[in-house]
Amino acid sequence: MTGAPLLELDKLSTHYVSAQGSRVVRAVDEVTLSIHAGETLGIVGESGSGKSTLALTILRVLPPAARIVSGRMMFEGEDLVTKSDEEMRHVRGKRIAMILQDPMASLNPLFTIGDQVSEPIRVHEGESRAKAWTRARELLKAVRIPSPETRLTQYPHEMSGGMRQRIVGAIGIACEPRLLIADEPTTSLDLTIQAQYLKLLGDLQKAHGLALIFITHNLGIVAKMCDQLAVMYAGRVVESGPVSQIFNRPAHPYTRALLNSIPVMGDPDKRLTAIDGQPPDMSTMPPGCSFAPRCTSVMPRCREAEPPPFVVGEGRISRCWLAEPATGGAELRVAGGVA
Amino acid sequence: MKQYIIRRSSYSLLSLFLLSLTIFFFVRVTGDPATLLVEPGASAADIAAIHQRFGLDKPLWTQYGLFVWSLFQGDLGQSFYYQTPVFELYLDRLPNSLLLAFVAMSLSLLIGIPAGIMASVQVGRFWDGFGKLFTLLGQSLPSFLVGLVLILVFSVYLGWLPSSGAGTPLHLIMPAFALGWYFAASHMRLTRSSMLEVLGSEYIKLARLKGLPQSMIIAKHAFKNALIPVLTLAGINVVVMVNVAVVVETVFAWPGIGRLLYEGITFRDFPIVQGVVIMGGGMIVIVNLVIDILYAIIDPRIRLES
Ligand SMILES: Nc1ncnc2c1ncn2[C@@H]1O[C@H](COP(=O)(O)OP(=O)(O)OP(=O)(O)O)[C@@H](O)[C@H]1O
Ligand code: SF4
Ligand SMILES: [Mg+2]
Repeated sequence: MTGAPLLELDKLSTHYVSAQGSRVVRAVDEVTLSIHAGETLGIVGESGSGKSTLALTILRVLPPAARIVSGRMMFEGEDLVTKSDEEMRHVRGKRIAMILQDPMASLNPLFTIGDQVSEPIRVHEGESRAKAWTRARELLKAVRIPSPETRLTQYPHEMSGGMRQRIVGAIGIACEPRLLIADEPTTSLDLTIQAQYLKLLGDLQKAHGLALIFITHNLGIVAKMCDQLAVMYAGRVVESGPVSQIFNRPAHPYTRALLNSIPVMGDPDKRLTAIDGQPPDMSTMPPGCSFAPRCTSVMPRCREAEPPPFVVGEGRISRCWLAEPATGGAELRVAGGVA
Repeated sequence: MKQYIIRRSSYSLLSLFLLSLTIFFFVRVTGDPATLLVEPGASAADIAAIHQRFGLDKPLWTQYGLFVWSLFQGDLGQSFYYQTPVFELYLDRLPNSLLLAFVAMSLSLLIGIPAGIMASVQVGRFWDGFGKLFTLLGQSLPSFLVGLVLILVFSVYLGWLPSSGAGTPLHLIMPAFALGWYFAASHMRLTRSSMLEVLGSEYIKLARLKGLPQSMIIAKHAFKNALIPVLTLAGINVVVMVNVAVVVETVFAWPGIGRLLYEGITFRDFPIVQGVVIMGGGMIVIVNLVIDILYAIIDPRIRLES
């Protein structure tokens, strides 16, 4: 991809601070990433690695305990970190939209589908109720909801899970955003419904030329859907770059472990649990590389100093001492294994 | 489910039985009603005659048996003093009690709901702290004290409001406020916690993600959902109010059921005291039973529990 990126995150950090200020969880830690228009960026990582927090940081819809402590988020030339709340409100749902992890709970039980789908259109574009509802009907059609006319006047509890997920998708694209962030459901729906939903997202992306950030546990889906990949571990992006390159030659030991844990038959519901050891407690992080306790290539220096992001190829980054250029990339892996 | 309803109903009957037993013997500890019904200096024979007339000469257990027997026939007995059926007296006073409860409830919701919303939106900040103080005062100041302070300020000093009686809307203000005070605090607390729960929900997060203005998120998406438990509680509390207004009705001489109970106690009019207490207990037991059953229908976990 050429030209300026649509969204560029620069050393972005978001921490959860407990009420007494004693416990700090670095849920997003110095994340640097970018995505161009029309691209799909996959974000993978174990549960608790900070994927959802990163997404909510981009939209600045964070729980009260969370603080964006540093970094910049350049979106179409403007820094989202420094925008006022009111300016941010005009970005949300209009220029950047997000589909939440839990589609079952994302719809308000007391309002009709039509009301909830047409809401962003009315708020951002000042459309009349009638016009917004007409567009809502088109949106339901676009996400392949049968008999959209009657669905508009129904309530969420009258819909199946798959249907609700599509409706949340329809809300996401209602104002034709430039960027859509989709947080994949953890409590997965029926497999075929899930596959249909993924196809729908891909189709919508092509049809509207939007950039898509797709958050998932599933590398099989990344292989199918994404151009770029960012692997998160304990709040950091430990490896990022084009999907094909990372899949062919992963640079970071964690990425390698993830790829090895993909089941052969590509079960789309498979979680990333096949790696030995537990994810670290993010409030008491030891010095050095956070993956060290589980890393099979760990060296003494890994426990002393934290590896910075090393460039390991065109548009590729790895946060691992093995990738340090001074000692030479490829051989180092062997050397590291011996050490 | 059927088993659950049967079990809950038998508990209800048991508690009503215990209530009837307690009130029956308790009211008899207050003294002999005959001494209050005869002229001063009446003879022992006169008193005996009155005992006989009201069945007070029979052994206690026989009296209790008769009381329960008439209860099953829907008869609360005759007032010693008024010489009319207790149920008639009760129905006479009920509209006043309902009116008072209704106004007190409206007041408590009018104060409690907005205060609860403010506290939830400002959690940990000024209005939340103010609300906590208000809750503390509301739940710790007894209503007779609130009533007396109100009378002192608005009747004695300012002379704006009548201190007792009924008849005009002005008479209603102070008793309704004194009665609603406690409930306002509890409605505020529930509104606050209910709002906080809703504000943490996924659909509120989605509403934010849509770029809706904060006012719309609070007033439309959060408020309506948060209101459901508050209105449920308010429904129950109306029944409770009708039955706990004794003190307030006495302080303000409001002619409701509470005042009737108070009169019953001072005149040792046993049937009135028994009747009012049993009616109140019955209402509260039934409301609780209905709620338990409704919850069991909604939540299968309760239903299946043993
Ligand atoms: N409201 C919160 N307060 C404090 N800590 C939080 C809060 N929300 C999340 N965290 C912590 O932040 C870290 C990142 O959480 P996040 O939800 O972003 O992870 P995730 O990668 O999306 O996980 P999953 O795959 O399970 O959705 C976790 O350690 C979590 O415990
Ligand atoms: S820095 Fe060391 S411990 Fe961390 S991933 Fe690389 S080799 Fe493993
Ligand atoms: Mg998540």
